[in-house]
Amino acid sequence: MKHILTTALLAASLVLSGCGKKNADGSSKKDDSISLQNIGSDTMVNLAQAWAEAYHNVDPKVSVEVSGGGSGIGVAALINGTCDIANSSRKLEKEEEEKATAKYGGKHPTEHHIGYDALAIYVHPSNPITEISIEQLAEIYKEGGKFSKWSDLGVTMPSGQDEIVRASRQNNSGTYHYFREAVVGKKNDFKQGSRDMNGSKEVVDLVGTTPSAIGFSGIGYHTSKVKVVKVSKKTGEPGVEPTIKTTLDKTYPIARPMFMYVPPSAKPEAEKYIAWIVSEPGQKIVIKEGYVPLEAFAPKDK
Amino acid sequence: MTSSRSALSIYGEKAIEWLIRICGVSAIIFVFAIFFFVFREGAPFLTDEKFSLWKFLTSTEWYPTSMSNIRYGTFALIAGTLSVTGVAMLIAVPFGLGAAIFVSEFCTGKLREFLKVIIELLAAIPSIVWGFIGLTVMNPVIQTVFNVQVGLNVLNAAILLALMSIPVMVSIGEDALKAVPDSYREAAIALGATRWQLIWRALLPAAKNGLLAAVLLGVGRAVGETMAVLMATGHAVNVPHSIFDSVRTLTATIAAELGEASEGSPHYRVLFLIGILLFTITFIVNLVADFVVKGIKNK
Repeated sequence: MKHILTTALLAASLVLSGCGKKNADGSSKKDDSISLQNIGSDTMVNLAQAWAEAYHNVDPKVSVEVSGGGSGIGVAALINGTCDIANSSRKLEKEEEEKATAKYGGKHPTEHHIGYDALAIYVHPSNPITEISIEQLAEIYKEGGKFSKWSDLGVTMPSGQDEIVRASRQNNSGTYHYFREAVVGKKNDFKQGSRDMNGSKEVVDLVGTTPSAIGFSGIGYHTSKVKVVKVSKKTGEPGVEPTIKTTLDKTYPIARPMFMYVPPSAKPEAEKYIAWIVSEPGQKIVIKEGYVPLEAFAPKDK
Repeated sequence: MTSSRSALSIYGEKAIEWLIRICGVSAIIFVFAIFFFVFREGAPFLTDEKFSLWKFLTSTEWYPTSMSNIRYGTFALIAGTLSVTGVAMLIAVPFGLGAAIFVSEFCTGKLREFLKVIIELLAAIPSIVWGFIGLTVMNPVIQTVFNVQVGLNVLNAAILLALMSIPVMVSIGEDALKAVPDSYREAAIALGATRWQLIWRALLPAAKNGLLAAVLLGVGRAVGETMAVLMATGHAVNVPHSIFDSVRTLTATIAAELGEASEGSPHYRVLFLIGILLFTITFIVNLVADFVVKGIKNK
């Protein structure tokens, strides 16, 4: 009896995995509905979800299935041909671009710039710090960096817990790569022992529950439980708050463009969807979700 | 009767016999297939000139995606796995075996059925739910009770793993105690043994092998657990100095990084080497258990 059960389970799992593959290709043509697989950046996942929901009213035939995991996951899906749209909060690396082009017989995946994300530095609301410089952040985060206590920054913690608890991201995250490039230094590595969270939200949650923590995540993840610190390029310069205006005029030093990549094999609906995203209604959702839109769609009064 | 059997039914029976035989050995085939696959993916890197097995096992520096200086040291990850598993067992073994003894020897009737159902329910909770509990419930509790900076640490994950492995220990341990013949109990009581003496002197020695198997299954569960520890340990590459330090385990590292590592890259191969390492750890645990059990038998 047990054996029969095992074979039955096995058969069932085989059938199921087969189905999974079919859906990933999107070749379920039984009805009119078209599903687009949208995989990648954890920073962008809330935004991508909001777009997917709103787009359902624009074209009810198309359903966009969003999943996160990190920019690295999105890029891997692009290279392996298992998605229609890959989200990434960093540009494709040269090597990845070559791999993807080789996969599609010489055709390049198309890159779409769809908005910006300001990388905010979060601390606990009880932390008295209001400004931090990129240099200071580098000393906190990089391997061999000098700062490990809040008193090194001249900050006296009301809780008395002086050690800086560093929240970081897992190494397939686009945010992790961007932070290394923009703050830690491309040639440097992160100081070991940081809490490497699996998502932007987890970083914010950890900072919100830990008085002595510091973390970085997209500004779209700001909650009332954490405080955003102003950031300056050099110690002593006035700090800049991450807003739409400071991101677009580049006075906020750690902001980055967000991308969507479409493989040549994708269904034509994918390009149509992105055309809608970079139009007025799509960009309004960007603002609503707390991210930074493309220059042409920024609110004029601010 | 024999004449009425058609050729079809004879061959049909043969065919079914073979089908069942294949099912029987399928477990062996799967285990070897998994072994083969993991080794095929990981082993080629062992001979790579950039790779040093000594550093892989003893260095605490885990920088698989560094742009300037890639280092694959897993010592901190091994220490993470062992510390979490060790503390989990310190909690789970007394509770698990104690519960098994209680359910098997002290409980009767409705209470026993009730307890068994509840313990089985505990086993049915998915590991991601445990992880969520660790993140949202245990984290602030540990922070306030022990006055530490971060509640995501060895202790948090160990408590979750203990709770996850206790149901396994209880049901297997209870079976082992039940398997001790009633004549042992009757003889002990006839000799005037107290309940404590009966359990400590008669039942536990008799059920030793089964209880050890229960504990080891618990260890296996704890070493292999991924999702809950990924969420509750704090996921920091760090050799722990106390139970309030954040760590990162071998399994969680594979889970967090394999999605990105492109197939065939050194990072990908090293993650499979970690898989082999996990295999080796569980293999050693089983081997030691085997020897211990044999040692007990020989006495």
